[in-house]
Amino acid sequence: MELTDIAIKFGLIIVIFLISLVVAMYSTYAERKIAAFFQDRMGPNRAGPGGMFQPLADGMKMFMKEEIIPTNATPFLFIVGPSLAILTACIGSAVIPWGQNFVIGDKIIPLQVTDINVGILYIFGVVSLGVYGVMIGGWASNNKYSLLGAIRAASQNISYEISMGLSIIALLLVTGTLSLGEIAQQQHGWHWNVIYQPVGFILFLVCAFAETNRTPFDLPECETELVGGYHTEYSSMKLGFYLFAEYINMFISSAVMATLYWGGYNYPGMDWVTAHVGPVIGPLIGTAVFFAKIFAFIFFFMWVRWTIPRFRYDQLMDLGWKILIPLAIANIVVTGIVITLLN
Amino acid sequence: MESLSNKKKQLTVKPLNFWERAYLPAIVSGLAITMKHFFKKPVTIAYPDVKREFSENYRGLHSLKRDENGAERCTACGLCALSCPAEAITMQAAERQKGEENLYREEKYAAVYEINMLRCIFCGLCEEACPKEAIYLDGDIVPSDYLRKDFIYGKDKLVEAPLNQ
Repeated sequence: MELTDIAIKFGLIIVIFLISLVVAMYSTYAERKIAAFFQDRMGPNRAGPGGMFQPLADGMKMFMKEEIIPTNATPFLFIVGPSLAILTACIGSAVIPWGQNFVIGDKIIPLQVTDINVGILYIFGVVSLGVYGVMIGGWASNNKYSLLGAIRAASQNISYEISMGLSIIALLLVTGTLSLGEIAQQQHGWHWNVIYQPVGFILFLVCAFAETNRTPFDLPECETELVGGYHTEYSSMKLGFYLFAEYINMFISSAVMATLYWGGYNYPGMDWVTAHVGPVIGPLIGTAVFFAKIFAFIFFFMWVRWTIPRFRYDQLMDLGWKILIPLAIANIVVTGIVITLLN
Repeated sequence: MESLSNKKKQLTVKPLNFWERAYLPAIVSGLAITMKHFFKKPVTIAYPDVKREFSENYRGLHSLKRDENGAERCTACGLCALSCPAEAITMQAAERQKGEENLYREEKYAAVYEINMLRCIFCGLCEEACPKEAIYLDGDIVPSDYLRKDFIYGKDKLVEAPLNQ
């Protein structure tokens, strides 16, 4: 690999990292604002025009707060917990194709950090690792509520990962590849996978809500039962990292859903647009479309959060094991039969 | 058993049909309801910036009135303090000296007049008791403060501004 290629990759990684941090930062603001609108309120409007600087003020507050490590906690693991949570949240973005390839001169610049051929499995691995951050943090706090929250998070994530994996298998039958870059390319124009896999998409969506610990599946941090859940004992920026990781996870899972099911950077009439505006602006429009899809999903996450109350724990397990998994298996069988008949 | 009042109503719980059990239609209708609220105007009135319009007989902060010549009307008769159910009003009377006729209307005036705004219940009985039309609750909302002692309002805050200013 040449030096310029390395520099380009490095720049891309930095840009994606910054974008995911900024998006996560402003998701907190968006969430408060959207929550306010859903409840006929105004939301934060004091810091800057329309409250635009509220995330900065919140971040500042997080940094200035006293750092408390409880006496009975395990100090090393107590710090590792949130670090792991934010680390696993950030590395998920590596395999997501953010746009079409740029062609400048005879150089092709892919807008994807790395197109490994097991992209989906990589995402699954990273998502599974995310549980460790929660689990270690809850365990190291030496607090029964934290531990209960951590156990809930672990069992919930494991349960929903199964149906998530099964819903992906049906998608793989359609696409025939595990690489996210290829999956995005296959959905050229408006041949989006959601048309071929509507049930799979709904299953994946429900599981994504559960994996990111968002309402109605936010039992790990259920205030009414568990004080604060797994981050009861956390303060200062360590708490900030946990909250931040949740928003980055939301961003990444929105990106994954948009890539897998909603066509990624593809939109109807993209060939015509690219032919008219040239090979540099065209992919940029695609990237803008991709981000519009991501933001739509983030908005949907928040919309659901301010609509639906939390599940009871046994209902959560019922839904995961008795409904979603059979449904996912049925989806695989039906997809397999249809594909066999069509070929 | 037979109901005596005939008001007893037998209720039956219908088992949920398939669509109700499927849960997703219910979520969709819930999402539609919240989306309706999303586009509604917020009901908030951003108080210090925007003020809600008061009714005409709103009872707010007290003010001690002056007469048409700018002299204080209050004669420190103490009827307001006597009528006050919350015992929020205290005063000390003093005799008017020569040359103060333009300041005080009668021969007696209130040298100290204090209302404790934390005790006051804004009932308006002082206003009704006053024989000299000297006190009215025609002001604003009492502003917030940090210390209890700052809520005891003296004459400096209560008396109307002089006429010629």
